[in-house]
Amino acid sequence: MSELFTQVVIDGLLWGAIYALVAVGLTLIWGVMGVLNLAHGDFLMLGTFGAYWLAILLGIDPLIGLLIVTPAMFILALGIYKSLITRIIKAPRLTALLATFGMGIFLRNLAHFLWTADYRLLGDTLVGDRVITVSILGGTNFISVPKLLAAGGSLAATALLYWFIKRTKTGRALQATAMNRQAAALMGIDTERMYMLAYSLGIACVGVAGTLLTNFFIIFPEVGVMFVLFALVAVTIGGFGSIQGALIGGLIIGLIESVGGFVGIPALKQALVFAVFVIVVVLRPQGLFGWAD
Amino acid sequence: MGRLKPLMVRQPRIFWRKNYIFALALALLLALPFIFTARFQHHVMIKVLMFAFLGCAWNIIGGYTGQVALGHAAFFGIGAYTSSLCYIWFGLNPWFGMLLGGILAVAVSAVINYPCFRLHGRYFAIATLALGEIIRLLFTNWRLVGGALGVRLPLLPESLWNFQFHTTKLPYYYITLVLCALIFALVYKIERSKLGFYLRAIKESEEAARSLGIDVAKYKLVAMSFSVFFTAMAGTIYAQYILYIDPISVMPLMTSLLICVVPVVGGAGTLWGPALGAPILMVAIEYSRAWLGGGGRGVDYMIVGAMMVAIIFRPAGLISFFQGPRFRQWWKRIRG
Repeated sequence: MSELFTQVVIDGLLWGAIYALVAVGLTLIWGVMGVLNLAHGDFLMLGTFGAYWLAILLGIDPLIGLLIVTPAMFILALGIYKSLITRIIKAPRLTALLATFGMGIFLRNLAHFLWTADYRLLGDTLVGDRVITVSILGGTNFISVPKLLAAGGSLAATALLYWFIKRTKTGRALQATAMNRQAAALMGIDTERMYMLAYSLGIACVGVAGTLLTNFFIIFPEVGVMFVLFALVAVTIGGFGSIQGALIGGLIIGLIESVGGFVGIPALKQALVFAVFVIVVVLRPQGLFGWAD
Repeated sequence: MGRLKPLMVRQPRIFWRKNYIFALALALLLALPFIFTARFQHHVMIKVLMFAFLGCAWNIIGGYTGQVALGHAAFFGIGAYTSSLCYIWFGLNPWFGMLLGGILAVAVSAVINYPCFRLHGRYFAIATLALGEIIRLLFTNWRLVGGALGVRLPLLPESLWNFQFHTTKLPYYYITLVLCALIFALVYKIERSKLGFYLRAIKESEEAARSLGIDVAKYKLVAMSFSVFFTAMAGTIYAQYILYIDPISVMPLMTSLLICVVPVVGGAGTLWGPALGAPILMVAIEYSRAWLGGGGRGVDYMIVGAMMVAIIFRPAGLISFFQGPRFRQWWKRIRG
């Protein structure tokens, strides 16, 4: 029992780390621009398909594909920012919410149109489906290597982003823009460029997460729906605009999902995550680390 | 009072003379099934009316009160399930089931939505979205109500009392049309009543509304109750029309979104908004689905997505094309 429980916790934490990276991207975009990017999960879907087609058509392993997909997503985001997001920022808030949602629906169904709704899975990757055995608390537990790699990569990407925002000059400019756009502009910061950077970095995050997912997870057009909703819950639990919050929120969601599914009814684990979300948002809308909007 | 009375007696005639556009629209809608006679065309028209009806219902809370609820499909589903299951379990006539579904939806919404009324803007939108998803997941896993397999309604001889028609779709069209006319009249009334002013005050600024003595939570609840009651009624019509319901078909996130997008595309918080949005969206969806290779290829929802993005170019909706000074001038010239 305890062995099984440890296994469930490990699995929850690994998934949590991946949710965290998606949530970090979402919270970065929110924090700097005040736009809730509901198309986030569908960009993740594009990332997974990008890695998948690189592997299938060109034989590039997802691990190397990471170096191609991430910059590609960054550039795609730049284009979308220039063409649509600049207008969405100026639109009334709820129109903006629906617009990003609509963009997600468009991308998702474009994927349906281009690649059909089939579930796909990549075989023969470099990491394969290896499993390592570890002993924790006297019991033997198994950790899937591709999942561990995805979780580790996600944590590394989060750490890198955190370092970038907290330690570099550009990162500080981003922070300043998030705090007060006008004041930042008066200090000589090109806030338009900061917005562009925040959006593209946020999308690059899901590019990383998506590519790492292709090593072990199914690839299909609807994959983003669950991820964006979970990331939203993670961001709310952590507090909108807080990177540490998103990280911890993501880990909490992963744990709730796997432990809740283990203890309760597995089919209702997603409902449990949403229920936690509703309770948090009603009782403490500013989240654990954020400030009230 | 004495002098007011004749004015009140004359009012209906003034109403029709001033708003002959209502009469024209009604006449056109009554005649439409005889202009386009194919069964598929009837199906599209029923879909248009159903979503115009749902849009009007959503408009009460989302448009006039400004509380963007994104979980209305759950109440649509509750309406569909209540009437269907009450018929199967207790033999309750679907017309009464429709009312019962509405009442049940109001009760459920009062319990789950009331705590959300404290939330603003996006938080409210996402919380209602999450609640809608929770209800869908509960229904999917609830054995008693058929779970993921859904509910199949038994076939009955066709009659208005049984709410089933097999040889023609026309009765469904006219039933939905009558309900549309009713909700249109109701929204027209609300728009001009004190309640309408309260709701719009809440939309403009909750703090200001509260400072003027409006019980914000109470009126949000009133608006939400109206809204979900009618949404559930539409659910019953859907169940009686398709005769098969399951959580995927009556409670998906996409339906919640469509219920919201129809009035927003037309013009949220306006009487004519849903009536403008529904034909454009539903005709585009149904025809693209029919022409471009059926459901699953996604073209229908690509159109929805593109329209949702396009709203940013015209946040006030299509109705704003008819509200500009240039249109007014042109309209005056036409009317002579």
